Amino acid sequence: MNRPGWGALPWRRWGLLAALALALAAAPLVLAPYAVTTLTRILVFALLAVSLDLLVGYTGLPSLGHGAYFGVGAYAAGWVAIHATASAPVTLAVAAAAGGLVAVFAGLVAVRARGVYFLMLTLAIAEIVQQLAESWHDVTGGSNGLYGIPAATLGGNALVGDQPVYWWVLAVFAAGILVLRAIAASPLGDTLRGICDNEARMRALGYRVYLYKLAAFVIAGSIAGLAGGLLAAQQRLVTPGDLGLGTSIPALLAVIIGGEGSLWGPCFGAAVVIVIRDYLGSTLGGHGSLLLGVVFVAVVYLLPGGLARAIRGRT
Amino acid sequence: MTAATAALACAGLSRHFGALRAVDRVELSLPPGARHALIGPNGAGKSTLFRLLTGGLRPTAGQIWLDGADITPTSEARRARLGIGQTFQHASLFLSMTAGENVALAAELRLGRPWWPAPAARRAVRERTGELLAQVGLADRAGRKAAALSHGERRQLEVAVALATEPRVLLLDEPAAGLSPAESARLAALIQRLPAHVTLLFVEHDLDLVFRLATRVTVMHLGAVLLSGTPEEVRLSPAVQAAYLGTGRRQDLFLPPDPAARDAEAADATSAD
Amino acid sequence: MPAWLDTHLVSLLNGLAIGCLLFILAIGLSLVFGMMDVLNLAHGVLFLTGAYLAWSIAGADPSWAGFLAAIAAAAAVGALAGAILSLGTERLARRSHLDQALLTLGAALIAADALSAAFGDDVHAVNPPPGLDGSILLFGKAYPVYRLSLIAVGLALAGAVHWIVERTSLGALVRATVADREMVSAIGVDERVVKVVVFAIGSTLAAVAGVLGAPVYGAGPGLDAAVLILALVVVVIGGLGSVRGALVGALIIGQIETLGRALFADLASFVLFGALALVLIVKPKGLFADSGRSRS
Repeated sequence: MNRPGWGALPWRRWGLLAALALALAAAPLVLAPYAVTTLTRILVFALLAVSLDLLVGYTGLPSLGHGAYFGVGAYAAGWVAIHATASAPVTLAVAAAAGGLVAVFAGLVAVRARGVYFLMLTLAIAEIVQQLAESWHDVTGGSNGLYGIPAATLGGNALVGDQPVYWWVLAVFAAGILVLRAIAASPLGDTLRGICDNEARMRALGYRVYLYKLAAFVIAGSIAGLAGGLLAAQQRLVTPGDLGLGTSIPALLAVIIGGEGSLWGPCFGAAVVIVIRDYLGSTLGGHGSLLLGVVFVAVVYLLPGGLARAIRGRT
Repeated sequence: MTAATAALACAGLSRHFGALRAVDRVELSLPPGARHALIGPNGAGKSTLFRLLTGGLRPTAGQIWLDGADITPTSEARRARLGIGQTFQHASLFLSMTAGENVALAAELRLGRPWWPAPAARRAVRERTGELLAQVGLADRAGRKAAALSHGERRQLEVAVALATEPRVLLLDEPAAGLSPAESARLAALIQRLPAHVTLLFVEHDLDLVFRLATRVTVMHLGAVLLSGTPEEVRLSPAVQAAYLGTGRRQDLFLPPDPAARDAEAADATSAD
Repeated sequence: MPAWLDTHLVSLLNGLAIGCLLFILAIGLSLVFGMMDVLNLAHGVLFLTGAYLAWSIAGADPSWAGFLAAIAAAAAVGALAGAILSLGTERLARRSHLDQALLTLGAALIAADALSAAFGDDVHAVNPPPGLDGSILLFGKAYPVYRLSLIAVGLALAGAVHWIVERTSLGALVRATVADREMVSAIGVDERVVKVVVFAIGSTLAAVAGVLGAPVYGAGPGLDAAVLILALVVVVIGGLGSVRGALVGALIIGQIETLGRALFADLASFVLFGALALVLIVKPKGLFADSGRSRS
């Protein structure tokens, strides 16, 4: 599995990151509105994918139901915006908290299992959350979804239009990535890597493995919820499809294609997934999923460790 | 010496797998600072007993005490936190991490806060890691990935990792397995340098190592304790020699279906010697 | 008859019918996972393929010939798909089980999209073959004959599988492989052949279940995911590699899905999850898995 060294980054890396950050910040000034909204969606999805990587790549817990916490965050943010306040920071905080809370309950059960059992459990849990979203009409709007979400406001100004929304999303995305990176570099990150590498040994050393796994699950769920809050702010509409396998599976694909365990790989994986599924797909008569499936199978066979490892060239 | 003064003790400890008596009413008592070896032919139940003591396996009957406290129901992780350290027969390391990171992960639990990056704790962990690696002779290997270490070096790292948790009782499962004579000698020297207050129990097949390092030896055979004594007593015992040469009966491993028959057998066995 | 039973008899019987259908579907998943630790995430799409085959070969109003032809076609397609999946995952056998599961996920995505390209996005209804398409009076209530026949087929299959696994040497081989795969290859059995055969049979059962289920569920997108989830819950509750577990699990889930939905409506999902959670907390390996060993 990919295990990036989190020591001081060399000058070249810093330079690259700075250039990338600058390019992303300046993008709306040069790109057409359609491209800007696409990039916004990629950023939201990338944040979801990186949060999933904390589970899959760092802790070794393959989740096929991560979309549930994303969707819960989106619904929570939307609901608060409609019924209470549309203040952007508040809706995002609620989104993250909602995602984290549901993750606590789901994690208490799911984290007891390992490997493929865990995968099955997360799948079942996510499916149940989606069914709940479809049937709880009063709160979620049922299968029609939650629509008419007002624009998020930041300091009194509404975020309307592709550019302001983009910059807000970019800012939150950057913050989210920094938080995840900080966690990965911290002792908690080392503990999670240890659990992934050799859980039995961690137990024999005295670590309360269950609690750490649960912590990783909840953190990942909170950040996924945060990303969901961004979705609500951008799309101003949340449907049950945002919760279910239609989100969970592409998220896992993004992590694997980008390279699990690298934290930056899934960002590229997210871009690949969205571009293939939504853009190449439309040129193929709507069969983006098929192409995505083929790419995914190719990556699993030929590029273990995803794009990240292929680019780094290390084994 | 009663269970209350022993560092690690067990009584009536048994583990059955169906009708198979893998460990049969074993009694052990290790004083603090002991250097105690556990030997016996293959299939004697040493590994099973080892796992019962570390908490990796639940006993069918019996009790275990750590410094007088009953730890029979406690989990493996909790026993580790209470002070029982172990090394694994097949070196169990974090292969994707460097040697230093391996030790740090273990030391973190005692010195640091595994969930919060406190700079002072990080420094303490780094220092301790350096000390331990030096102690086991791997000071120059700190930056090397565990997967890239030789077999002997991995064994040394195992010991460093186990020591990092500051155990009161250290259980070593065949620490010299697969080592060349030179590596074995290095390991023996390492074990001899271990702090005197640490109680040591090690399972070993290498009898030279055992007689060199141990002050007391327990011999197991067919799941039960055959003899517990000084290395000399064990070396000279005809019963031990018979056990190693394989004159024990396989059917003794299994519970006979009839309790009367079992008692009759027991009566036969004690009158035979 | 007590009033409660009177009101819910139909749901109870439906639960039994769905349970039997789920058993046919889940047994393949359980054995493949129990024997080679490969989670076949394409299992649901195999069911959907069977359903589409029923619709396209037998048509909306099938004759017996059409229905049986659909079953035969589904068996052939299922066996072929199973063999391909088995060989595909074999190449990843030295990597993790997760990679193998991911491969089946990729295959499922490709197949699902291909199916929707071939058959469109509508849900197609299929009627039962003639003779089974009516209802009979059961305790004063009209009940579809087809569902009763599903129960019969399911129980018959359960009996057959039980007999095969318990009484034949092939079954002994299956049980041995579930208990200890490496030992089996040590005694000279080529485990790759066993793997291909089991995968093929399991996939055949899934596809045939799709045909049998077409008069109940129809054929349409999304069915594959829904059915996969149910099969997974059945397998986890029942215990991997256990035929008895698959039957008990399937009957339980069948009841929760029908009687549960009738009683609790939307909260039935919680009951499902609650049952799953409860079983996993009390018996982490499933109800009938016995610390690595399984008996059917």
